Amino acid sequence: MIIDHPLLGPRDSAEFTYKGDARLIDRPDPEKGATAHDFYDYGYLRDNPAGWHEELWFHEAGDRSWLVVTRNTLTHEISKVELARDVARSRGRSK
Amino acid sequence: MTPKNRLDGGQIDPAITHEFRFDGKSYTGHAGDTLASALLANGVRLMGRSFKYHRPRGVLTAGSEEPNALVELRSGARQEPNTRATTAELFDGLVAKSQNRIGSLRFDLMAVNDRFSNFLTAGFYYKTFMWPAAFWEKIYEPIIRKAAGLGSLSLLDDPDVYDKGFLHCDLLIVGAGPAGLSAALTAGRSGADVIIADEDFRMGGRLNSETFSLGDQSGADWAAATVAELAALPNVRVMNRTTIIGAFDHGIYGAVERVSDHLPTPLDGKPRQVLWRIYTKQTILAAGAIERPIAFENNDRPGIMLASALRTYANRYAVAADRRVAIFTNNDDGHRTAADLHAKGIKIAAVVDVRADAPRSHDFEVLHGQVIDTKGRHGLTFAEVRLESGDMRTLECGALGMAGGWNPNVHLTCHQRGRPAWNDALAAFVPGGVLPVGMTVAGAANGDMSTAGALRGGAEAAKRALGLKGKLPTLPEAEDAPVNITPFWYVEGCSRAWLDQQNDVTVKDVKLSHQEGYRSVEHLKRYTTLGMATDQGKTSNMGGLAIMAELAGKSIPEVGTTIFRPPYTPTSIGVLGGRARGQAFHPKRLTPSHTWATEQGAIFVEVGNWLRAQWFPRAGETTWRESVDREVLATRKSVGVCDVTTLGKVDVQGTDAAEFLNKIYCNGFAKLAVGRTRYGLMLREDGIAMDDGTAARLADDHFVVTTTTANALSVYRHMEFVRQCLYPDMDVQLISTTEAWAQYAVAGPNSRKVLEKLVDGDISNEAFPFMACANITVCGGLRARLFRISFSGELAYEIAVPTAYGDALIRKIMEAGAEYDITAYGTEALGVMRIEKGHAAGNELNGTTTAANLGMGRMVSKAKDSIGSVLSEREGLNRADDLRQVGIKPVDPADPVPAGAHLMKADGPVDAAHDQGYVTSACYSPNLGHSIALGFLKDGANRLGERMRLVSPLTGVNVDVEIVSAHFIDPEGERLRA
Repeated sequence: MIIDHPLLGPRDSAEFTYKGDARLIDRPDPEKGATAHDFYDYGYLRDNPAGWHEELWFHEAGDRSWLVVTRNTLTHEISKVELARDVARSRGRSK
Repeated sequence: MTPKNRLDGGQIDPAITHEFRFDGKSYTGHAGDTLASALLANGVRLMGRSFKYHRPRGVLTAGSEEPNALVELRSGARQEPNTRATTAELFDGLVAKSQNRIGSLRFDLMAVNDRFSNFLTAGFYYKTFMWPAAFWEKIYEPIIRKAAGLGSLSLLDDPDVYDKGFLHCDLLIVGAGPAGLSAALTAGRSGADVIIADEDFRMGGRLNSETFSLGDQSGADWAAATVAELAALPNVRVMNRTTIIGAFDHGIYGAVERVSDHLPTPLDGKPRQVLWRIYTKQTILAAGAIERPIAFENNDRPGIMLASALRTYANRYAVAADRRVAIFTNNDDGHRTAADLHAKGIKIAAVVDVRADAPRSHDFEVLHGQVIDTKGRHGLTFAEVRLESGDMRTLECGALGMAGGWNPNVHLTCHQRGRPAWNDALAAFVPGGVLPVGMTVAGAANGDMSTAGALRGGAEAAKRALGLKGKLPTLPEAEDAPVNITPFWYVEGCSRAWLDQQNDVTVKDVKLSHQEGYRSVEHLKRYTTLGMATDQGKTSNMGGLAIMAELAGKSIPEVGTTIFRPPYTPTSIGVLGGRARGQAFHPKRLTPSHTWATEQGAIFVEVGNWLRAQWFPRAGETTWRESVDREVLATRKSVGVCDVTTLGKVDVQGTDAAEFLNKIYCNGFAKLAVGRTRYGLMLREDGIAMDDGTAARLADDHFVVTTTTANALSVYRHMEFVRQCLYPDMDVQLISTTEAWAQYAVAGPNSRKVLEKLVDGDISNEAFPFMACANITVCGGLRARLFRISFSGELAYEIAVPTAYGDALIRKIMEAGAEYDITAYGTEALGVMRIEKGHAAGNELNGTTTAANLGMGRMVSKAKDSIGSVLSEREGLNRADDLRQVGIKPVDPADPVPAGAHLMKADGPVDAAHDQGYVTSACYSPNLGHSIALGFLKDGANRLGERMRLVSPLTGVNVDVEIVSAHFIDPEGERLRA
């Protein structure tokens, strides 16, 4: 596969390490009342869609960016690649 | 002397004669021959034995789809099993052996299997070797493995080099027949970057096998001229002997170029094969079509082959498979073979056509009927024909061509879930469903079976793929015959009629699987093994499918087809490995003290990719234990030094650095003073311990974090995840500095005295107490870092200098320590000392243990949120009788306490249900004079002093032990703070 890195352009997927569902960005915040149950959901419950899936890839043999790659798990088509940091910010994460 | 079946003409070079040996016998052939064509020229039809029944077999095809003629090519270390004689280019001195036989090829002792064929039908193994279960491993499997299987390995190292490479192009063309060449001309002349690849050594595809003319040239001459024009274009890369083995995601193709397979040995500096990864924008698949056989009784005798193969041998290789040939056909193409052979002076015994309206010929007899059986023990002698009238005819012939129609070669269209679609007019599957991105199909692979159709289709596909404007290039005039075929798959009433000759699957096997309830084509395939051999059923799948459809009363498209997956043809492990063999498979990382340690005669051990000194034997020491005991005792008595560079180091900088560490470690770091170091435990989000290390605060906004050697990479990845994905606005930057600093542990009561001689400045206990850290200089100005941390439990320091000075520093330390008998110690002594001290390491941080298990439950801060802190509190990880880390010592000091052994109550039953815990790390403690161990025990913190049994039924261990504190040495930690 080829991942079109937002900063570096098209790169072979062999340069990347896969982590999983990009929902891992949405870590519950205990300081805002998140419970163990929220962490159970976060840690263990994942969708496994046959189709479009937002997932985390780490450019380990490259610039060490974490990326959110929107990929079709059936066809491996990639429709969007974003810096995970930007996605995290857009979902309200900060410090 | 000209071999008996050699004809005139063809594309061989009669001026160049090659001598070769097959099964010990010498023959000659010519440049341009394959092993198969040269053997046929010499009248050798028998080339192998079948997989299961050991039936005598000859070539079925003239290409890479060959199921039968598999040989062991070359000898010695270069011997290669299962090589297709039909694609092995002849060279002078070639040596080949037939395979899958016991005794000679003509009198294979395993041929007795054929007599028992009634018992060896589909599912035989599943049904027969069921019981008794104990027989499987010792008796059944060895016998089956010996009886089945094909060629044998030399068991010697492959002496040749294989390489990998990367190519990029606008357009990849797969196949250099008429469609591929016209596509390449169109694309090449437009200036696009083009790669055209063909598995054959001579490009041109069927043009080399046919007698058609293209314009005023022969097909072969047109192909040669076109290839020459393409090769002269700077933007076109022409790759013969190159098989596209797979179509992968996003337009990436795998290709194997056989650089040296046609030579006795590779030329100096050249690889045998190269695996190319080709990045394409567009691809044209012009892989042609493969003829299919017809199933009839005993259709597997040497001499019976595809009609198109007879044509290829005659036209391209100037070889008659035999001087008397019959043809069995269901379509017009079979008659073309007869006409070509007749023109070469070969006697056509008859063309047997299943169709009433078959074309007639003045040159040979055409019979309306079917071939119902054949004779000839080691090669065809007679074919029995039942005429439509019911009369029988016996044809004397040494070769028989089967023309069952052509299957477009859709293999690569399936690699990305493409599903071929049925075409009634061709009675074949054509490309269908979703093709790999950027792929178009042209020529016979797309169902365009005529030469003119292929030329046109290729050019049009290139235009479309590249978005070219204007007219097509002028293409030569060529034959444009339509396909006239009446589907015909097998002769009624036959049973031992072979569908898959490589896996010995017959019509009867397919019927049996239907009878036994297998309805899905995928199940049929697995039950009968149809199409599962190295040829992937290129010539056999279609027949099996058609019979299955008939039995089920369905049409072929209703039954559907299995699809293909990479590789297109068998691919050597050597080329997939490339240069990643031996040392290069697993590169070694050397520590900064490696040269010095080698000079000391160190024994090394691989730790991850690192080579670390394991111990330093001295003269007179005969066992590793002697060296390790000495290193441990000397360190605890005076001073020792160990290279700890391999531990992961991460530089953490930024105004939020302390807050960041608070997130990744379960214990607190916000209040750590500048100039101090703290032990840190990292948890996974599920509450399990991930890694441990230290974090040294060199400045308000600057920490140096260490990780274990094994987890250096994964911890860094995790830290970047936390930084970028969870806290994107924290002002913190990370960089891995593992390789940037050479780091040594200097441990023992005299360690300070040694370092005082090297460090510029005061490192007294007052100025530089336990857990202090600082940027310092050594040896009069070299920048360095000093940490007063201890893994051994002694007064100890870790000192780091830029890696380039690592070698110099170890020599300086040894020099400075000479007066204290400083001792270099390796990973074994390091391990002994950390077990004596009760420090957890990888064996304890094993991915199943929590902070509480490790006895560090109270470290998990409740005052802050950190990764894993919430789930570490869940009930399942906090039961009263949870495992706790303990120390274990034998009651009898002579007993061992081996790692992996389990703890049982002293007076209780010894079984898994009463398991109390297990040993994780064990060693002999030279300080205590007996073995010691660390382990996990249920409710271990409350069981110190308990006598238990330690058992390991697998290794016969059963000893009395006592549970003790994990801190065997200096439990109060006085030495650390001295």
